[in-house]
Amino acid sequence: MKMTRLAALLAATLMAAPAVAQDLHFPMLNYRTGPFAPGGIPFADGYQDYLTLINQRDGGIGGLPIRMTECETAYNTERGVECYESIRGDNPLVIQPLSTGITYQLIPRATADGVPIHSMGYGRTSAVNGDVFPYVFNYPANYWDGASVAINYLLSQNGDSLQGKKITLVYHNSAYGREPIPTLERLAAQYGFTLVTIPVDSPGQEQGSQWLQIRRERPDYVLMWGWGVMNAVAVQEAANIGFPMENFIGIWWSGSENDVRPAGAGANGYTALTLHGVGTDYPLYADLQTHVIDTGMAAGAGDQIGTVLYSRGLYAAMLAVEAARTAQALAGHAQITGAEMRAGMEALVITEERLAELGLPNFSASFEVSCANHGGGGQAMVQRWDAAADRWNLITDWISSDRELIMELVAADSAAFAAENNIQPACAN
Amino acid sequence: MSDTVLYALEAALNGLTVGIMYSLVALGFVLIFKASGIFNFAQGVMALFAALTLVGFQTGQVPFSHLINAAFGTSIHDFGWTMPTLLAIPATIAVMVGFAWLVERIVLKHLVNQAPIILFMATIGLAYFLEGLGDIMWGAEVKPLNVGLPQGMSRWVDETTFNLFGYGFFVDVLSLWALAIAAVLVTALVIFSQYTKQGRALRAVADDHQAALSVGISLRFIWVLTWSIAGLVALVAGIMWGSKSGVQFSLSLIALKALPVLILGGFTSIPGAIVGGLMIGVGEKLFDFFMQPIIGGATENWFAYMLALAFLLFRPQGLFGEKIIERV
Repeated sequence: MKMTRLAALLAATLMAAPAVAQDLHFPMLNYRTGPFAPGGIPFADGYQDYLTLINQRDGGIGGLPIRMTECETAYNTERGVECYESIRGDNPLVIQPLSTGITYQLIPRATADGVPIHSMGYGRTSAVNGDVFPYVFNYPANYWDGASVAINYLLSQNGDSLQGKKITLVYHNSAYGREPIPTLERLAAQYGFTLVTIPVDSPGQEQGSQWLQIRRERPDYVLMWGWGVMNAVAVQEAANIGFPMENFIGIWWSGSENDVRPAGAGANGYTALTLHGVGTDYPLYADLQTHVIDTGMAAGAGDQIGTVLYSRGLYAAMLAVEAARTAQALAGHAQITGAEMRAGMEALVITEERLAELGLPNFSASFEVSCANHGGGGQAMVQRWDAAADRWNLITDWISSDRELIMELVAADSAAFAAENNIQPACAN
Repeated sequence: MSDTVLYALEAALNGLTVGIMYSLVALGFVLIFKASGIFNFAQGVMALFAALTLVGFQTGQVPFSHLINAAFGTSIHDFGWTMPTLLAIPATIAVMVGFAWLVERIVLKHLVNQAPIILFMATIGLAYFLEGLGDIMWGAEVKPLNVGLPQGMSRWVDETTFNLFGYGFFVDVLSLWALAIAAVLVTALVIFSQYTKQGRALRAVADDHQAALSVGISLRFIWVLTWSIAGLVALVAGIMWGSKSGVQFSLSLIALKALPVLILGGFTSIPGAIVGGLMIGVGEKLFDFFMQPIIGGATENWFAYMLALAFLLFRPQGLFGEKIIERV
């Protein structure tokens, strides 16, 4: 009798035990500390706020709440890898490494583990080729797109000809900064401009030699691939030597408020590419105010809302959520795995109609992802800094890159990677 | 004169001005090393912390506001007033003096007679602590710093050199200000060290701790004094560098530029810090100018260390450092 009661009690206890919690794990590899924290904090806040909004307003994605975990990388590659190792067994749906160095390290690991990586506008450019990099995505645009968009913008400013012009690239002396050089060299040969490349060692606090050289050589335009303090110092030095700021164009990682405010009025007219709209004039921000900010759930100090890098984090989160919705639809269930998320990312379609539904009309370019193209549409807009109004203004519509050239370069680079690593084409499978 | 010579002269002139900026950072190291034999790893972070504090006072920012808001659910960020620079600078100096006092009370007091490596390790810990404290206290965002120093091309240098050579040299006005400020600072430090009672006490401590103690000099007071002066120098360096790039975490990395300066000039010489800075500044600019077409630029970071390495091989005590002969 006693045994029967004990067995019944045990059975009841087991039945009453809580089921394994169902949720969607979105890890965040942030950097809120270290020399690059001024760039990492707004991105992290934007990413987290959007996911919080989806939880608070919609109850998650497909009825399942989003579980956010944060790991601090300090923009350090080793720590980024440690972060990944600590979460890889917890069904992470997508990793946003937020660093080209970390991305390079995670590509083989995440591919082996079946965890998708989204390196939005950074990382390994040739990851566009899903045939070789099945688990890596870099939509909506990559550095080679950025180089091509910048040149296409300059073409539009010069009657479609850059013949005889001199263009200088000031770049962060790292794998990231060197990324656009092959593309720009090809474009220089194609359009007849002279390309001069000037490296700046990290962190870039002192750039006297570089800007003396620019002053001597008097280029028509200066392009910049910088990050962190390098950007602010470059803008200040350009202002010091009287270089026309309208002719100074940064990549999207050289176009935040942090980069221009230290130079004050001298930064007026500085121009940069952007992957998304600027400011808070989108209906989504009303929802953010109601469900996130007013409820005291805003990430961080809540003082980054609407900045360029906050918008970028928000954009990355929006794309992750849309990919998860797509993945759920494809899988036929809400509790998806990394592999199913990968399928969702590969089938992602962003249309103008969908952006309007999300409260972000024209915030992003429309694009589609496919196995052959993990890089999206390769479009960007151009923004210009208005120092008096303390804000960025969009000065162009979406500008496309020379996709034919980009895909040619992608095919060559990814083929070399596939040969080195004995990778079999994935798209046919 | 050929264009190459003119451009090289311009590069050298800019090297002199940027060298002074390096010297400003190196001075703080020298002061503390002279008085206590400690290589203060935290000097760069002190420059960052001082600059952050200055901007915080100028803008009326509430310290620890992020922490307060997170703990109590409030939404406070600033006091609603701003402080003029002339008041904010003394207020920041007061904070740096308070910091020096705390360092002596909490760290140095307990490490008397410890080996130099222990003291060095303590300053590494101090650097990390101060870095985090600055972050929590004032936030990690980039803060524009404006103390009224002009920036941009010096018209006077431009016109003068144009009249002389037919080519106007570029020199940043801010660098000329740095030159003037460094001259005032070094003069003041030399006068203080040579002609005041406290300055002589400081030199006595630097020469021999035990002997200084035996004649009644308070080692603890001297340490507070030294760290306070190093805090003042850190504030000056923070202002000059922060005016160029905004005040941000990277400011602490300027300490890396001071190390080769110290190796060249010697760890115990104030004039050595100035001369070392000028040599590094001119050397790296000229090297970059001549070698850039051959090896592609970005030589400044490693050139300074290569020069320092050469000095270590042939004159390890630096140009002005004391030659130490130890019998074993």
